[in-house]
Amino acid sequence: MHTKTLTELKTGLANGDFSSRELTEHFLARIKQHDGELNSFITVTEAQALAQADAADQAIAAGQGGLLTGLPIAHKDIFCTEGVRTSCGSKMLDTFIAPYTATVVEKMASEGAVMLGKTNMDEFAMGSSNETSYYGPVKNPWDLERVPGGSSGGAAACLGARLAPAATGTDTGGSIRQPAALNNITGLKPTYGRVSRWGMIAFASSLDQAGPMGQSAEDCALMLQAMAGHDHRDSTSLNEKVDDYLGALKDDINGLTIGIPEEFFPDTLDGAIADNSREAIRELKKLGARVVSVSLPSIKLSVPAYYVIAPAEASSNLSRFDGVRFGHRCDDPQDLEDLYKRSRSEGFGDEVKRRILVGTYALSAGYYDAYYRRAQQVRRLIRDDFARAFEKVDVLMGPTAPETAFKLGAKKDDPVSMYMADVFTIGVNLAGLPALSMPTGFINGLPTGTQVIGNYFREGQILNVAHKYQQATDWHRQLPAFGGEQ
Amino acid sequence: MSWEVVIGLEIHVQLNTASKLFSGSKLSTGAEPNTQASLVDLGMPGTLPVVNREAVRKAALFGLAINADICRHSVFERKNYFYPDLPKGYQTTQLDKPVVGAGEVEISLENGAKKTVRIHHAHLEEDAGKSLHEDFHGMTGIDLNRAGTPLIEVVTEPDMSNAEEAVAFARKLHAIVTSIGICDGDMSQGNMRFDVNVSIRKPGDPLGTRTETKNLNSFRFMERAIKLEVERQIDVLEDGGSIVQETRLYNGDTHTARSMRSKEDANDYRYFPCPDLLPVEITDADLDALKAAMPELPDTRKSRFLADYQLSEYDADLLSGDLATAVFFEAATKAGGDAKLAANWVMGELAAKLNAEEKSIANSPVTAEQLGQLIARLKDGTISSKIAKQVFEACWAGEGDPDTVIEAKGLKQMSDSGELEKIVDDIIANNGPQVEDYRSSDDAKKKKKIGFFVGQAMKVTQGKANPQQLNQLLKEKLG
Amino acid sequence: MAIDSKVVAQVAHLARLKVDQADSDALSSRLNDILAMVDQLQQADVTDVAPMAHPLDVTQPLRDDKVSEPDIRDKALEIAPAAEDGCFLVPRVIE
Repeated sequence: MHTKTLTELKTGLANGDFSSRELTEHFLARIKQHDGELNSFITVTEAQALAQADAADQAIAAGQGGLLTGLPIAHKDIFCTEGVRTSCGSKMLDTFIAPYTATVVEKMASEGAVMLGKTNMDEFAMGSSNETSYYGPVKNPWDLERVPGGSSGGAAACLGARLAPAATGTDTGGSIRQPAALNNITGLKPTYGRVSRWGMIAFASSLDQAGPMGQSAEDCALMLQAMAGHDHRDSTSLNEKVDDYLGALKDDINGLTIGIPEEFFPDTLDGAIADNSREAIRELKKLGARVVSVSLPSIKLSVPAYYVIAPAEASSNLSRFDGVRFGHRCDDPQDLEDLYKRSRSEGFGDEVKRRILVGTYALSAGYYDAYYRRAQQVRRLIRDDFARAFEKVDVLMGPTAPETAFKLGAKKDDPVSMYMADVFTIGVNLAGLPALSMPTGFINGLPTGTQVIGNYFREGQILNVAHKYQQATDWHRQLPAFGGEQ
Repeated sequence: MSWEVVIGLEIHVQLNTASKLFSGSKLSTGAEPNTQASLVDLGMPGTLPVVNREAVRKAALFGLAINADICRHSVFERKNYFYPDLPKGYQTTQLDKPVVGAGEVEISLENGAKKTVRIHHAHLEEDAGKSLHEDFHGMTGIDLNRAGTPLIEVVTEPDMSNAEEAVAFARKLHAIVTSIGICDGDMSQGNMRFDVNVSIRKPGDPLGTRTETKNLNSFRFMERAIKLEVERQIDVLEDGGSIVQETRLYNGDTHTARSMRSKEDANDYRYFPCPDLLPVEITDADLDALKAAMPELPDTRKSRFLADYQLSEYDADLLSGDLATAVFFEAATKAGGDAKLAANWVMGELAAKLNAEEKSIANSPVTAEQLGQLIARLKDGTISSKIAKQVFEACWAGEGDPDTVIEAKGLKQMSDSGELEKIVDDIIANNGPQVEDYRSSDDAKKKKKIGFFVGQAMKVTQGKANPQQLNQLLKEKLG
Repeated sequence: MAIDSKVVAQVAHLARLKVDQADSDALSSRLNDILAMVDQLQQADVTDVAPMAHPLDVTQPLRDDKVSEPDIRDKALEIAPAAEDGCFLVPRVIE
């Protein structure tokens, strides 16, 4: 069953080929068998999953199924789930039982989804390798000595190894797309404001966006259909009509204009990475797409702009973790200062602390203009570059990540080189655009991905492009040797 | 050469919305700790703020009331600092683009002159929770019911030059915010809290170093705290010292102030635009609707009181200055049919009684309608003013409307001349020596001595004799 | 703009983080690496460019002034590290 896509499993459930309980038990068994090595889950919610599966089976029998009824899904441990530990990959929240449920989780549950558990992630979503998790690194199922990418590394790895048929992720600078590329899956970051952030623990509020991670564009479309929409609890979630994403998959891409930003194929880029993405673009050309070259001159400043804006927002967002109302509190605080400093220093890991310090510094008196304000100005330049490009093209394409999965620990002592893993993905977050990553071949047995960026609220179109590509190719159906024995 | 005092105020005005600024929690007074603190107010991970429309409307209404520019796209920012009553580790407030821009407020000084106090701006922000120090065996308890309560912080230019002006301004601001209905104005509940910035200088010199005395919650404390601080600064400077820029805390009970050293800890608030909130738009249509709905402002009301009720300048000032008082006065006038009497009662007997029992006029046990009825009975001669006070007390004690009280206690003035004549005749007959003494006195002495007979008659009638009628009768009969 | 351990200590205090003396130099050097990368921003010509705080040019939706939140005190205090008599407990606050 685990080799079937979410869409195929939905059909199987509808046809009565298997029950949701059988399906759920199957994935729970796979998690039990393989996750010891992979470490992709922080919490497995077996009892709850089985109860939801039974309820789903009853609903199916009564002909009352929703979009996702009976389908097992893994949620990133950044989404609050009432009554279930919500750790955000941090010691700070190791004992935090969320008192409420995130809108994304609630919407998917109301469509009948079965929650398998909560997936591992970089601490507070700060990382590109999943090595900053308090719960230990996640392994890449294509090579257990390598990282799965991050921050939604657990989601991508469990999906890559088919320990879950689908997963949710969040993307602040590439956290859905980069691990999707490294694990041979499809992941979509929607337009900022398309999916509610209520209940999603904030990293950088003006960049964070939740999205689907699946085996195919079709799977992502199915999930996004359930996830998207305005939420009165999130002022930044837009009151725009939700498109028919599944319907959009059928659109013809003949005449589609694909823009190739020259900055996404720099001379320094690994030739094999470039080749795989160029090959994917050629495939779409065969399907009738037109390809033009474009330029995004300010995109080279996206990493520096991001590493001011994201830490600045994070430094403020993470102030609520103070040992007073929830989360880690140090033993025997001597006074208030001691309570704050020890609780926070014990609760946060090194990368989180580094980013808090950078963000605090960037906002502090005397540096605000040079760093924060300037980064926000550069952010506008980047957005304007994209806007100009989208006057001429329908979508933009290029490699998702500059390299394949690297060895665990390889960049441990070099944060800046780690930050460069998101060089192609970050600009999209700064501009707030939708983008997905789809599998487009391998290098030395390791997956690579290609990014498709769309204009605001054009999720339907980029899913359409990816779906057409996936109908013509089978990269996305390749499975790692790991986890293959069942 | 004497010192010149420079005072600027920052006033936190609590808006009287039903729910909080960024969450649907009820605004709390006196609820059990933390029972009115929602996920958002508690700063739970993953929660997000959504702005209360009514709070924005009320802030903009205030802006229009002080002739200020209204910012069409105001921006919320985060002010970052750690404090246990600040659950998110930042206060959501406004800095560069507050809802209300520069405006002005005119105050009346004691010598009758007018002065304009410029308002620098007023911004919307959320209140913090409360730290409770009692009953936690050396620890501090945190109650977040108040966290997220909508405030506007009104910041003046340093335009006031003594404590009296500052108080006049504060009272005027109180009159404005209560008149336009954006604040309940109950000082004892912290509905308005004042921070005063005080500096002194020699005339012609540049501004001196200022200190800030925080959280004064009554006009009286504000006046006393300013005077105390001015004296302190003069003492320091005249002793050759210098003023340290600091935050001070005034204790109204001991009439002392001290420096709050803990707050001086080199604060760097790292303001930046709150990424969870978008610019708040106020359209032309919004402004038109607000202007159309603008209630009567204190200045307009005062002019109307002067014209409609022929009140003195002083009475009109007092009665129009506070919305609840103005409403009470007008209702009592309407019911009683006499503005002058209503004014005297509201500012006299009623004010004294409210003051003594620390009650607000809105919670007065004697309603405006009851006071009006009392005035009507005074006017039509049913009761004397002395009896009126007795009736007022009974109404205050909850014994019913004036008419009920008068009836139940038989307090109606005796105006049946036959009955009174008989009483007078009896008194003359039973007090031979006094009658003789009176009749042998000259006119001046008679005036005094008649008091004895009046007293006797009042005693017999239990005060119900109509005094003029009684006097008339006694003079006739005694000769 | 290089930062040294003194600046690190000041910033750490603002952020209420404890930095051990032993780690301070290593941390400063890491932070300087990051800041050196970030300093590329100084190349950009941002004359007359308005800062962009939000990806989308939209305005704040406003909420009706209605009480909608239930009392969740029991739930909240259950997950609090220290609570008593309905309050969260902290070491004594001195004003």
